Amino acid sequence: MTSESYLPPGLPIPVPERNGLSAPYWQGLREGVLKVQRNSATGTWQWPPQWIAHDTRTFDLEWVEVEPRGRIFSWTRVWHPVHPALRDACPYIVVVVELPHAGGVRMLGNLVGDPRQEVAIGAAVETVFEHHPDAQPPFTLAQWRLAGSGA
Amino acid sequence: MSERSLRGRVAVVGVGETAYYRHGHAPEPEVVLCLKAILAACEDAGVDPAAIDGFASYSNDRNDPPTLATALGVRELRFSNMQWGGGGGGGAGAMANAAAAIVGGLADCVVVYRALAQGQFGRFGQGPQASTLTGDLALSVPYGQMSPAQWYAPKAMRFMYEHGIGQEALRAIALASYHHAQSNPRAVMYGRPLTEEAYDHSRWITEPFHLYDCCMENDGAAALILVSAERAKAFSQAPAYVLGAAIGAGYRVHSTPAGFGTPDYASSHFKTLAPRLYAMAGVRPADVDVVQCYENFTGGVLMALVEHGFFAPEEATDFLKLENLIAPAGRLPLNTSGGNLAECYMHGLELQIEAVRQVRRQSTSQVPDADVSLAVAGPMVTPVSTILFGSEATL
Repeated sequence: MTSESYLPPGLPIPVPERNGLSAPYWQGLREGVLKVQRNSATGTWQWPPQWIAHDTRTFDLEWVEVEPRGRIFSWTRVWHPVHPALRDACPYIVVVVELPHAGGVRMLGNLVGDPRQEVAIGAAVETVFEHHPDAQPPFTLAQWRLAGSGA
Repeated sequence: MSERSLRGRVAVVGVGETAYYRHGHAPEPEVVLCLKAILAACEDAGVDPAAIDGFASYSNDRNDPPTLATALGVRELRFSNMQWGGGGGGGAGAMANAAAAIVGGLADCVVVYRALAQGQFGRFGQGPQASTLTGDLALSVPYGQMSPAQWYAPKAMRFMYEHGIGQEALRAIALASYHHAQSNPRAVMYGRPLTEEAYDHSRWITEPFHLYDCCMENDGAAALILVSAERAKAFSQAPAYVLGAAIGAGYRVHSTPAGFGTPDYASSHFKTLAPRLYAMAGVRPADVDVVQCYENFTGGVLMALVEHGFFAPEEATDFLKLENLIAPAGRLPLNTSGGNLAECYMHGLELQIEAVRQVRRQSTSQVPDADVSLAVAGPMVTPVSTILFGSEATL
């Protein structure tokens, strides 16, 4: 399965750390699943990946599949490229997405669609799994589109 | 007052800087700039460079104390300090560390310094060139989120959204820096005034930041000399006493680029620092005569001024008007040397120098009777830091 990429190729490729901390996240994305960490004892959600739970100082964080949706918490529209691969890719929209059903953890992504669209903080969004099967190594990004804006 | 305080116990007695250059235009190696700034601060104070016994810097300055101490013929190295954290958040922290070392008896004469020749090394405003990335960078860079402006713009965007603050507030901050730079011959933007129209028509870098909301990148070096209050009057200049300082961050403030995970996201991260600062200094926001506030981006200044208690978020649009922000008679003269936007991006150490010059009555945009002078370092990064200086009248 492939999907068109929002930004052109040539940006650094995300890979798990040698110690494997975030490997379940990246593997989940490749399978079309969004996973974040949760303290198995208290149910406290945590993101980005970490070894230790900040509330109980225990090392038994679990990886939990969450519904791939959220709402726009903040955003910026980038007009000035700072990487050669983005020279002709501006403007593009970066969103900070909050997952209310996962303790309000936040993640970054691009808001797919018209890069000049008006962006509304609070708008509901859903994940678009952007697969890069031909990259070395292959990877998948979690992008976002306005909820109900199409397949 | 607590025994454990910096208040009135240390003073800045010397300040110095090289000429300030556009990035890549320094005619000398970075270490030479660094040495010349330190020598200029010694000259200003009337300090023998060999008598420096401590060095403090921040943001992983490339010029390490043993190299500098050796080069300068320092007789004895007693304090060698680096404030953790990237960006300019450590500028006041390095000052506080130097002051703490003096109060604690670790050193007698400490130089705080910062040198940058970005043309000779990498630039801050360029994205990473690696082919693969791990960790927090992997969660950010593949989405085109890879420069300080891009990381911090959504923080300002959220704050402006929550409080109904418009672009004109950011514009006023930019205009204040450029206004003051026109009186400062050291300023890179001296002779290059900025108008409202030019701001409005300038290109976006990343919304809500126009070109003029973003700091310059420059080459140069700056330094300040600190000694104990007991010794301060023996030097050439009027002492600028440290009244108080604070370093740090609130609850679980994530380092860039994982800042999106910070619970209190739309913040410059001074909420816990400012009360500690004022308590140590024994002053209130209304007592502050003049403010230097690090402009990485104007949105950070907006939030830092709120968090230092100068106005409520809902008052920001009314308060942040150019006439309120300029010396000599504005309500809160801001960035009176031109700051990072228009004097020089010396990673904010030029703001520490300007805060001292205000206390000495030596600014090119002097605020009359500037007895209490604030210098805020690196809003939106973590850890941040902030410091208050006072004239002898404040002791």
